[in-house]
Amino acid sequence: MSESQTDMQDLYRELILDHSRNPRHFGRLSDATHTADGINPLCGDKLKLYLRVDDRGRIESSSFEGSGCAISVASASLMTDTVTGLGIDQAESYFEEVTQRLTSDRIEVSSDSSFDKLQALDGVRAYPARVKCATLAWHALHSALENETTPATTE
Amino acid sequence: MSAPAHITASASWRSDFPALHQEVQGRPLVYLDSAASAQQPASVIDAIARYEREDHANVHRGVHTLSHRATEAYEGSRDRIRDFINARSRSEVVLTSGTTESINLVAQSFCRPRLQAGDKIVITHLEHHANIVPWQMVCEQTGAELVVAPINDRGEVELEQMLELIDDRTFLIAVAHVSNALGTVCPISRIVEHARARGIPVLVDGAQGVPHLEVDVQALGCDFYAFSGHKMFGPTGTGVLWGREELLDAMPPWQGGGDMILEVSFDKTIYNELPYKFEAGTPNIAGVVGLGAAIDYLQAIGMQNIADYEHDLHTYMVSELKKVDGIRLFGEARDQASVQSFLLADIHSHDLGTILDHQGVAIRTGHHCAMPVMQRFGISGTARASLAFYNNRDDVDRLTAALGKASEIFA
Repeated sequence: MSESQTDMQDLYRELILDHSRNPRHFGRLSDATHTADGINPLCGDKLKLYLRVDDRGRIESSSFEGSGCAISVASASLMTDTVTGLGIDQAESYFEEVTQRLTSDRIEVSSDSSFDKLQALDGVRAYPARVKCATLAWHALHSALENETTPATTE
Repeated sequence: MSAPAHITASASWRSDFPALHQEVQGRPLVYLDSAASAQQPASVIDAIARYEREDHANVHRGVHTLSHRATEAYEGSRDRIRDFINARSRSEVVLTSGTTESINLVAQSFCRPRLQAGDKIVITHLEHHANIVPWQMVCEQTGAELVVAPINDRGEVELEQMLELIDDRTFLIAVAHVSNALGTVCPISRIVEHARARGIPVLVDGAQGVPHLEVDVQALGCDFYAFSGHKMFGPTGTGVLWGREELLDAMPPWQGGGDMILEVSFDKTIYNELPYKFEAGTPNIAGVVGLGAAIDYLQAIGMQNIADYEHDLHTYMVSELKKVDGIRLFGEARDQASVQSFLLADIHSHDLGTILDHQGVAIRTGHHCAMPVMQRFGISGTARASLAFYNNRDDVDRLTAALGKASEIFA
């Protein structure tokens, strides 16, 4: 196998390809309490995020719809998978951690085991043009929880 | 047997472009994104460097030697541009920052003062955003209406339907010479013939026309022709608006400032003559010097030789792409120039772009600033390979091999 193909597989890891082909939580949530649109102006990709938050501030369920590249769909799928069942504060801290992780120079191995899957996104760090694809769903999460009315963008 | 003459020629053209001779991701670069920005030959880069080292000064102002040399070089480029597009006079050649500024200039200076509510501006469905948004803005300012002529599944303008949309309320027609997303060469002379019979001016967005076709604005018969330096092997930040002298003469200035005036007092300002009336402020002198060198370069090869060579190469690219499993082509016009949009299976164009870049192959991905084209085909974007005369069949073979790798990864 050539070297460049090996590197490519660091970006397109099995878990990423799996989530992009079979996105979890895909579709509309009819009784959502929070929604947000995410737009990546660079490529025109769009997604809509739905959250149902109960009165104790826990994300009971989440889903998304839209179209995008393998990285953005997989990231949205992993994100909804991860935050379902979390409290709002915890989800927000995941947002902070993921966006920081993908845009900073140093990778730290997370001690939080529920973060394991999200580390599949680490390959994106070597592709600056693609980081925004991976962070789009997370920006939408942040804006849904903040109840912002303008679409989240990666800019 | 020796290689056909055009192949030998292409190898020597390619050697004139320093940026093409490098490795990207450990492989020799294959540059298939000239429709976004074409590479520059060494003669352009050297002309700019020489100007900056020896002649740099402001133009049209100083009595000193350097200012004189800078003015000569700058105005010399205007003469080359006049010759290159066969304009009647150098007064018709307005230097701008690019096609976008050229079109905005026409929208705001030619259209805005004259447009009445209910007037129409007719464009086509294949336009670049730069030939859509300036018209939308002036329509919003005046109450005029933007009318869009349809395209068919091959990406061709539906000419009969377009001509039917043109009526006595049509104020202006704006159409691309060549579509940047689909490569379609638009039937400019048919449109112009119809428009002229009704006294309707036609603006041609020539950004993708001048790099590939021999352009003679008098033969085309249009009224405005806009293009950019960096698509034709010159520097970014340079462009041209060519317009008929009588139309430009009747238009008010577009921006105010130095260089566009004859006399200024607080009571009254007398504007400069054409083309300086439209060139407020210190221009991109070095860039325009480079644009002049690019024209020298293109004329030495000959635009007809370029068009012939690229036509052969594009035909080869299309036939090779069609052999790739799961390929879908967008833009299959009978008259097409140098650009091919495509998608592979259900792989998103950005994933394709990343995988190809990893193999040293540079293509453009996404909506190509032509979102309505993407909407027409029900897709969010395409991968686009665009050719110039410095590309060859090996480049095409590297492209198709790289697509094979993309299929493997997403198998």
